[in-house]
Amino acid sequence: MPAVEAVGVAKRFGRVQALDGLSLAVAEGEFFGLLGPNGAGKTTLISALGGLVRPDAGTLSVMGHDVGRDFRAARRAVGIVPQEIVFDPFFSVRETLELQSGYFGLRHNGAWIDELLERLALTGKARANMRSLSGGMKRRVMVAQALVHRPPVIVLDEPTAGVDVELRQTLWRFVRELNAAGHTILLTTHYLEEAQQLCSRIAMMRDGRVVALDSTANLLASFSGRVLRVQLENCDLPPILAAQATAEGAGWWRIPVQDSAHVENALARLREAGATVASLEVAEPELEEVFVKLMHRDEAAQ
Amino acid sequence: MTPSPAASGFPTLVRKEVLRFWKVSFQTVLAPVVTTLLYLVVFAHALASHVEPFPGVSYVQFLVPGLAMMAMLQNAFANSSSSLIQSKITGNIVFILLPPLTAAEIFAAYLVAAMVRGLVVGIGVFAATLWLIPLPVPNVLWLVAFAVVGCGLLGTMGIIAGIWSEKFDQLAAFQNFLVMPLTFLAGVFYSMHTLPPFWQAVSHLNPFFYAIDGFRYGFFGQSDVSPWASLAIATGAFAALSWTTLLLIRRGYKLRH
Repeated sequence: MPAVEAVGVAKRFGRVQALDGLSLAVAEGEFFGLLGPNGAGKTTLISALGGLVRPDAGTLSVMGHDVGRDFRAARRAVGIVPQEIVFDPFFSVRETLELQSGYFGLRHNGAWIDELLERLALTGKARANMRSLSGGMKRRVMVAQALVHRPPVIVLDEPTAGVDVELRQTLWRFVRELNAAGHTILLTTHYLEEAQQLCSRIAMMRDGRVVALDSTANLLASFSGRVLRVQLENCDLPPILAAQATAEGAGWWRIPVQDSAHVENALARLREAGATVASLEVAEPELEEVFVKLMHRDEAAQ
Repeated sequence: MTPSPAASGFPTLVRKEVLRFWKVSFQTVLAPVVTTLLYLVVFAHALASHVEPFPGVSYVQFLVPGLAMMAMLQNAFANSSSSLIQSKITGNIVFILLPPLTAAEIFAAYLVAAMVRGLVVGIGVFAATLWLIPLPVPNVLWLVAFAVVGCGLLGTMGIIAGIWSEKFDQLAAFQNFLVMPLTFLAGVFYSMHTLPPFWQAVSHLNPFFYAIDGFRYGFFGQSDVSPWASLAIATGAFAALSWTTLLLIRRGYKLRH
């Protein structure tokens, strides 16, 4: 049974087709990334998981519970951290978490709330009013709110937007541990580096559809590759290399390479041509490149 | 790891909604009580020479239950409507919409909290006036019945207004052009029998009139309309609005897209 399963999910807002027959399955225990430009439908999909948005067509389930027909079980199974920072200014951090527990019917949740406060470095702020907290702290309270009922599936919609580096590290350490403890994590982020480091599988979305879905390693391998960057002095690239290379300016060139043999080969060609190499580096594949390629490929196809 | 089969989130939502106004009770309870006392002082002074609305009942005595009920109705409305619009505008309504609460639980929680606020304000008004203006020993059952139904009716209207409004000025329009006229013209300041027949007939279309008239019956044993008829009409209006509201929440009207 997948932790999250979407089959042909469609949703239209006025003239905008936010989700266009989207299908995907997230396995239990996965750390899954959902990537795509603004307006790709990521937040709509997440909102539909939490019942904030009702799909026009298709089926959507969490831990096998349909989000419409069996919404109570589905909502107990998922904890969603919304993208926008929102809070209730009437309450303190602890009150906020106690209330949120109560909405899930949990009465004696104090020990878990204490642990959440500690893990998210909020213990010192437990009695502080929500209004007095910084943006990053409010964000962490929202993470705690999503976790009060210990959901098997945790959904984080751009959780690190506007959060400083230290808090980001604290958050990821905690989320990784939750994942290691068996929680399924579904993450959207604008920071592709984060997705590359954290996610074992990634779905790239565009215009309400999935345009690529694979393990992070496969995506990197098929759409990106190592690149040899060289800076040459007083000369151009030999024609045999220039065919596949791209100029970066200031004498820098990017030459795609598969492995170290290719690197040696390229360097040999440069030596043969009598080129003087001023600087040189081998760059690892990056998700950003995959992302840009996929988005452009899709644009060209339209 | 897995939480035990959980109870309903309804009691917590009631608690949250009551805490929300109780934490600012200076503004949500004390202020309306003071305003009501001001009405009482001004109108009692200006209209004290008025004929007795009911035999043996002075105008000031007549005024107290009407004003108390007006304050209860307005505050029941204010509680649910302002809570919902604030949550919608600040966005924290998601914390109510994401948990496994049913439409009926959400409706009932906002309703109960609105009724609590209305009743607390009503008790405040009586506590402040009781030793200045002696009232006959009331028929407690009628009082409670009309207080509960009246606050329920307005609490429900507040939920509808809060769900429907997208901006504070839309809610203010609801309050100024519907709730205020209906409460002011519901016989708070006068007995219906003093009105010309046409306006008497118009007043009988106003459900708030029955809540106030019946509530007064609990004190004086006299009213413009039979308390049974008033209770039936007020309860009917309350039930119809409740059903509508429940339907709106279930459909996700302006809450879930």
